[in-house]
Amino acid sequence: MKEIRFHGRGGQGAVTASEFLARAAFAEENDVQSFPMYGVERRGAPVTAFTRVDSKAVRNKAQIHEPDIVIVMDMALLDAVDVTDGLKPDGKVILNTEKAPEEVDLGVDNPKYTVDASSIAVEHRLGSEVAPIVNTAILGAVVRATGLVKIETLVDVVRKNAPAKKEENAKATEQAYEEVRGEDLE
Amino acid sequence: MSETRIVSGNFAAAYGAKLSRVEVVAAYPITPQTEVVEKIAELVADGEMDAEYIKVESEHSAMAACIAASNTGARAYTASSAHGLALMHEMLMWAAGARLPVVMTNINRAMGPPWSVWADHHDTLAQKGTGQMQFFCENNQEVLDSVIMAFKICEDEEIMLPAMVVEDAFILSHTKEPVEIYDQELVDDFLPPYDPDYKIDVDQPLGFGSLGMPDWYMDFRYKKAQAFEKTPEKIQEVNKEFKEVFGRDPGGLIEEYKTDGVDVLIVTMGSISSTSKDVIDELRDEGHNVGLARLRTFRPFPVEQFREITKGVNVVGVLDRNYTFGHGGDAAREIKDALYGHRDLILKDYIVGLGGRDLTPKILKKVMLDAISLQDKGLDKEIEWVDLRADRKKWRG
Repeated sequence: MKEIRFHGRGGQGAVTASEFLARAAFAEENDVQSFPMYGVERRGAPVTAFTRVDSKAVRNKAQIHEPDIVIVMDMALLDAVDVTDGLKPDGKVILNTEKAPEEVDLGVDNPKYTVDASSIAVEHRLGSEVAPIVNTAILGAVVRATGLVKIETLVDVVRKNAPAKKEENAKATEQAYEEVRGEDLE
Repeated sequence: MSETRIVSGNFAAAYGAKLSRVEVVAAYPITPQTEVVEKIAELVADGEMDAEYIKVESEHSAMAACIAASNTGARAYTASSAHGLALMHEMLMWAAGARLPVVMTNINRAMGPPWSVWADHHDTLAQKGTGQMQFFCENNQEVLDSVIMAFKICEDEEIMLPAMVVEDAFILSHTKEPVEIYDQELVDDFLPPYDPDYKIDVDQPLGFGSLGMPDWYMDFRYKKAQAFEKTPEKIQEVNKEFKEVFGRDPGGLIEEYKTDGVDVLIVTMGSISSTSKDVIDELRDEGHNVGLARLRTFRPFPVEQFREITKGVNVVGVLDRNYTFGHGGDAAREIKDALYGHRDLILKDYIVGLGGRDLTPKILKKVMLDAISLQDKGLDKEIEWVDLRADRKKWRG
């Protein structure tokens, strides 16, 4: 079982990201579950979403408290949310930033991966410059850093399910897959 | 062609209504209502679902409209939640008293105050005396399956009663998981059109909703009670048929999970049953002789089945996601009632997860280990509230 937690802000598409990842893993014959943090939704507010993936039936209906993978879609959340709370000792963190992984201090030794998903989203005209929709871009980075699913599967899901600008979203996913930085990535 | 899609419990309910070829949907779309009726509105507007969609001004009116529609011989459906369901109370009784097979979905949310939109079962259980059958679902597939099955059970000429298919707020309603959406023809073969013997028909006037004088009223009640007594058998019959056609077995009245010859039996309802199965496996691997009974129907209450599955059991641990201000949780009380004079065993009631408090495998394991420990130490208390803020160390440590 892999448990994934997304941290974003209302409008960035964290909930959709958790769903697209689930769809991709399901396409590769896993059982999946995707759900938002049970709260009251507001644009701009911190949003948490979750994905579970397992080759066996996913029966656990509790929230995710000890994730294997954490995704941070907005670096400003680091001041507001303890994003590494409960993260497994070998758990990976994928962050949306122009910085290199070694320039980011999370106060933990977990492997970090960074990608400038905001710039990629802007380049492909996803959202606005002030509020880019970074979900499809960051997913490309997640897949490269974790090997959770094949990039082709994810891109298919993005192309099929993106509510608008399907090709642009697919391109953003592919570009982030190429550009993500991390110690063990070439 | 059947197709497996990743959908929420809300959408699973909507697709269940669609596949059941519901003819009238009446709904009040404001919180605590969820996306069930929003999705149906979309399906109707897009021409994918051929139903009359009536927007009303309250949940009370939603059920009233369903009652009227059902009286004309139409298949009627609605959905609600928590305070909306409470407002519907009077009409829930009317639907049952008038013997109308209206089916609804309720998203289980806690009752305020304090305000809450999160899961517990108080809203549904507060309606247990209205004459509705109540089906508690464990996952989104079961939500879809149960809506289809409910219509078949309710519309049986020996039954003619309404039902609620209920699912936990957020944990099912807003969680997306794979759900098989069946081929329409398969559902059509399973669930024929609704065609009651008596309905409002201008060419053949009949009286409905008349006064019941003291010399008659009680006999009407008795006939309704007799119909309700037939529901356990009918539910199991329809469950069996469903399994033959669709290859799925939701469990009828009680789903038994590894209950053969167990010393300790855990009883759950709704979504925590699913998580609990993982915990049962873990405990059994550790050598504990424990199994799980998932209470799927609270109404009818499976009295005979509880007597049967508790043969040889030493301890019953009941996880009640409700507290209805009587003496403990509703499930524990009803199980005690069923077992009175039949079984000599220890029964402990655990009040859990009210207002959406998360029930992790870790907490559930502590609860089950506590139940297991009663075999040696005996009953310490009849009712225990789990994971209160003051004693989190005990349950989370």
